[in-house]
Amino acid sequence: MQIGRVIGDVVATRKDGRFDGIALLMVQPLGAEGEAVGRPLIAVDSVGAGVGEHVFFVRGKEASFPFHPVEVPADAGIVGIVDHWTTQSGQRPAKAAR
Amino acid sequence: MILARVVGQVVSTMKRPQFEGASLLLVQPESPHGKPFGATLLAIDSVGAGISERVIVVLEGRAAGEALGKRLAPVDAAIIGIVDEVDIESGG
Repeated sequence: MQIGRVIGDVVATRKDGRFDGIALLMVQPLGAEGEAVGRPLIAVDSVGAGVGEHVFFVRGKEASFPFHPVEVPADAGIVGIVDHWTTQSGQRPAKAAR
Repeated sequence: MILARVVGQVVSTMKRPQFEGASLLLVQPESPHGKPFGATLLAIDSVGAGISERVIVVLEGRAAGEALGKRLAPVDAAIIGIVDEVDIESGG
């Protein structure tokens, strides 16, 4: 998994039917200090995440597991909302920013 | 599996039920000589690792799910061991 920040949502009317009713969110992966790492990606959401929230997401086939028995053809899925995280340099996101 | 260093701990209230009771640790992959590489990953911990410890991380869904001990767990990384020592041949 990786932590990330939801930076937008994606609307697609015409899509594989197995995605019906599932939110597609644009996620920016983050490093341990909260810095953006790599390119944003599209993930299916199974925890009700919203734009601006910190989340964690899984890659690969496991992204479809929350929708079992439907086998959603997704390769990334948000599986948790991050309250905060701590490293040796302190707690993030910084309390003032929350 | 890869070597990594535990660099952080994540707190999450709203998450898939398979994560209940699991520890979520940020791990930084590193070379046998301790040089960090790649993106920081989030792994579930099944061995009681702590910050700054060197660990073995499995990076595959089925194996990580086994480590968590839950069916259909949406996980792709798990800490499955704490490293005591790595012996590498010189130049390796």
